[in-house]
Amino acid sequence: MIKRINKKTILSISFLLSLLLNPVLAHSENDSSENDSSENESSENESSQTPSAERQETLIHLLKQDCGSCHGMTLKGGLGPALLPEALADKPNYVLVGTILYGRETLAMPAWDGILNKSEVEWLVAKLKEGIE
Amino acid sequence: MKKLLMGFVASTMLSTSLLSGCATSSSSIETVATGDLGVIIERATGSVRVVEHSTETQLYKIDGLGDLSHASIVFSRDEKFAYVFGRDGGLTKLDILNGKIDKRILQAGNSIGGAISQDGRLVAVSNYEPGGVKVFDSDTLDLVADIPAKGSNGVQSKVVGLVDAPGNKFVFSLYESDEIWVADLTHASKPEITKYKDIGHQPYDALITPDGRYYIAGLFGEDGMALLDLWYPEKGIRHILENYGRGSKKLPVYKMPHLEGWAVAGDYAFVPAVGHNDVIVIDKKSWQQIATIPVHGQPIFVMARPDGRYIWVNFAFPNNDTLQVIDTESKAIIKTLKPGKAVLHMEFTPRGDNVWVSVRDEDQVQVYDTGSFEKLETLTVEKPSGIFFTNRAHKIGL
Repeated sequence: MIKRINKKTILSISFLLSLLLNPVLAHSENDSSENDSSENESSENESSQTPSAERQETLIHLLKQDCGSCHGMTLKGGLGPALLPEALADKPNYVLVGTILYGRETLAMPAWDGILNKSEVEWLVAKLKEGIE
Repeated sequence: MKKLLMGFVASTMLSTSLLSGCATSSSSIETVATGDLGVIIERATGSVRVVEHSTETQLYKIDGLGDLSHASIVFSRDEKFAYVFGRDGGLTKLDILNGKIDKRILQAGNSIGGAISQDGRLVAVSNYEPGGVKVFDSDTLDLVADIPAKGSNGVQSKVVGLVDAPGNKFVFSLYESDEIWVADLTHASKPEITKYKDIGHQPYDALITPDGRYYIAGLFGEDGMALLDLWYPEKGIRHILENYGRGSKKLPVYKMPHLEGWAVAGDYAFVPAVGHNDVIVIDKKSWQQIATIPVHGQPIFVMARPDGRYIWVNFAFPNNDTLQVIDTESKAIIKTLKPGKAVLHMEFTPRGDNVWVSVRDEDQVQVYDTGSFEKLETLTVEKPSGIFFTNRAHKIGL
């Protein structure tokens, strides 16, 4: 992992959106500034670290197959609650991100911190709210 | 493949005589038996494969079974039909002799497993949404009884750990209500229910011993397990293994262990620990823990080879690429295998010469010799999970 100083430009919301919606653009952006900030640093750029296309595929696989152990492969719920867009709509992203990263012990939700980093979890939460194919 | 054709020809000839003298040379019809058949779940595609374990061949692929993540199967006592319990509440009756769906219903929104009664006439399904148990006629799949699992805390609870028990009973646990219920279906449409309260926090799965005597529920929300002696149901629930894990912090649990089956060797039983990388050894007479065996990860299935000499263990994410084999005498790990990514399930052939292993992310089912650990065969199966052989038809609790 090579560390490079990133462009100081703060990405506009629209550009962020285009990153999320356009994997090709997101990927090329990643290629140039993948390791701009360290994973734990809460800089404004952190959320711009869209996972690479390959990593996105891995994350979706993990979501369906392994989160699916409890939430159902189609995310309609199981021992854990449903993760469909309508079920998550009224829950703020930071709550969902925190739940995934740090778990909810009394509800049998494990902490994924250490397996997933924050930007990956943020990307997953955004995808979940959009709805997953 | 031979049997695929035979099965097809046999069924075709029943309905028409046009084939006589065509596919079969004489008038004799070769009978196909089901004693060495099995069904493998393809969890991602809603399909199953019917296999024959004597020759390690695939006979049929059957589609259209809905969401099969966490699907399980029980067999009719004639081993002709397999009942598939899907996650989406689907209950499918498969004719495994002819490789087709016999009947299929959607009986709930979200379900987790099922069981078949001692007399073979009833199939019960445990549901998450709405929480409860529904009982169906195993022939017609008509609803016979509906048992909503509303606990004494007022919550309609998810039902886990449903098993059959002698006396045409079904036993199950209520995840959110901390209860165990025994439903006597002697009069099928009027189940008689005995409820046990405060059995321990968050039962997540359960098993019944092969003799049908002890029902044991694993607890997620506290240490230990809840034991019900069905020979003496009036004695109530007994807590066992209460001291297990005391004082040591649980690891995050990425997948709940499965208590299906019962790994017994001599006086000892082997069960998976929750939130610890251990297999626990219990003395069956005293129900005390007598040893802990540190293993590669958090165990999911802890299964004894039918002769009880070895225990095979698979693991939860992220250690699910591995299988370990424990010698039940020395309690030592004698073999570690790496079948590939996401080893989900194992099934022994009836007398234990081979074990079939599903390796989800490799799209493979691997067959091992349980003596030499040699890999004998690899079958291509799409995202395989549970493997179920028909000899389960004659075992209590399976």
